[in-house]
Amino acid sequence: MTQPLAPKPARKLRIVVCIKQVPKAQELQVDPVTQTLKRVGVPSEINPPDVNALEVALQLKEKHGGEITVLTMGPSVFTQSLDRALAMGCDRAVLLSDRLLGGSDTVPTGMALSEAIHKIGETDIILCGEETTDSSTGHVGPGIAGHLDIPQITYCVDVQMADGRVRGKRAVEDGFEVWECPMPCLVTVNFGSNKPREPTLSGKIKVKRGGLTKTLSAADVGLPPEKLGLKGSPTVVSKVDTVMLPPRGGKIFKGETKHAVAELVKALKTDKIPGV
Amino acid sequence: MPEQASRGVWVFVEARRGALRDISIQLIGEGRRIADRMKTQLSGVMPGWKLDGLAQEAIEYGLDRVYVVEDQRLENYLSRPFAKVVVTLIKKHNPAAVLYGASKNGRDLGGRVHAMIETGLAADCVKFEVTPEGNLDMIRPAYGGKSLAHIICAKHRPQMASARMNVFKKPARLTGRKGEVVREQVQIDEKDMDTKMLQFAETSGRQSGKIEDASTLVSGGFGLKNQANFKLIRELAETVGGSIAASRKAVDSGWVPKDIQVGQTGKTVRPAVYWAIGISGAVQHLAGMQEAGKIIAVNSDPNAAIFDIADYGIVGDLFQVVPELITTLRQTKRT
Repeated sequence: MTQPLAPKPARKLRIVVCIKQVPKAQELQVDPVTQTLKRVGVPSEINPPDVNALEVALQLKEKHGGEITVLTMGPSVFTQSLDRALAMGCDRAVLLSDRLLGGSDTVPTGMALSEAIHKIGETDIILCGEETTDSSTGHVGPGIAGHLDIPQITYCVDVQMADGRVRGKRAVEDGFEVWECPMPCLVTVNFGSNKPREPTLSGKIKVKRGGLTKTLSAADVGLPPEKLGLKGSPTVVSKVDTVMLPPRGGKIFKGETKHAVAELVKALKTDKIPGV
Repeated sequence: MPEQASRGVWVFVEARRGALRDISIQLIGEGRRIADRMKTQLSGVMPGWKLDGLAQEAIEYGLDRVYVVEDQRLENYLSRPFAKVVVTLIKKHNPAAVLYGASKNGRDLGGRVHAMIETGLAADCVKFEVTPEGNLDMIRPAYGGKSLAHIICAKHRPQMASARMNVFKKPARLTGRKGEVVREQVQIDEKDMDTKMLQFAETSGRQSGKIEDASTLVSGGFGLKNQANFKLIRELAETVGGSIAASRKAVDSGWVPKDIQVGQTGKTVRPAVYWAIGISGAVQHLAGMQEAGKIIAVNSDPNAAIFDIADYGIVGDLFQVVPELITTLRQTKRT
């Protein structure tokens, strides 16, 4: 249903970075009753790979000029992450927020973000993190490219622009591939592939002045309710099992170092642990 | 697509540089099991170039049928033309389920395809079952590996999933096994080929991408305090004949390269022996190594989570314990 994103003539570079706010990695907790991820009252952060995507956008802007819009979909508390991205140097922010979007799987999520990108206007490069740390699918980036019918380069550790084309170095299992494609295109960026900058003081002041973030509803981007949220999601989580790890030996030694090491090595030898 | 009409289980078979990828062979094995449970046929979809021998090989691993789309432009994986081939064939044949490997390319392809046909895609599954209603129960780790989520796609077809690499066993190859090779034509135009692969650099040997294959891993964490101290990990690894690995914090601190990172945002490893040195055992780390055969932990904090899943361990200062351990192990090896 989403219209293809058509190529546009040369002008100022326009980048959209899609980010998500996720529970802080070390705070991931499962509610024992509902068996879902605890999100309320848990400290959150920008999905770490998305921060690397933001850094790629800021570096491209430094080299080539242009404008960066940071986009997220979620509740109003996600403005925390948008504010941080703005303070890092993004120019404006869009929060796509609607109760109708709650419970969306990767299909409505990709569709809604694609429609929001149409609403943002002409776009040359869409950047996403390789995957989120809370659901770890990596499907939304390629999904957006599919919805918008534009080329994609995923799992990039380096992104450059030359002669009006985008060049991405992909980290695949057996090595690196360099892909090149025209714009508009979608690129996903690997976690840890660069050193993201911190928000600056002037950036924070800019955010404080306000007026940089626009909020869009599902209706604003023209999404029909039946395509959204749980209703519009092809997949459902039917149940969640708690993982029972196989019981481990648990031969833990403590006390004086020489003695503890001797005991450990003895146990490892007795049990014929390889390498000992 | 009407549910009644859909039938058959499909697997995406990736030919890479003239060979079937391991994950594709693993997928054929698991696909065979699912198709048998569903009492249906297993087909492969295989875009590529010069596939004759590989199509027969895939049949010998367990496919009933393989849809081959040969085009020189499909020699290397590219998102757009491969997605077009898969979407075109799905629309033509209406399979009940399509499985991809959760490799980079498998996720890249599945993510694009699921949006193009608006159907469900479960990522990185470690187990599949068939529900009494005949739906595929797609089971994947959730929340840093603490839980397993069962994902169902009841109303859309095909039901799609990617399967985690190296979880499913490679099936035996039955030489001479018979199957059908169906040659399909898919129109690939200039727009589909707008992306080019300019270069491929293979990373070789120990340097990269190989911690998954090591049978012994010695992994260092933030407890090492600085980059120089990582030499303790290297020495211990040499002593026990293992490769080195690291926690996310050690990688983030810039002490070691990202390609040896174990954990949710790094690699999932299943070595016979995993030494965790100065690693507290955050959920994200455990997710990447909890299936190791034996886990040996050294940490100064007796309450560190790593001890909950360790087979052996020492509570103590790693800067005292590890040198002593190296000395003792070297001595016992000599005797």
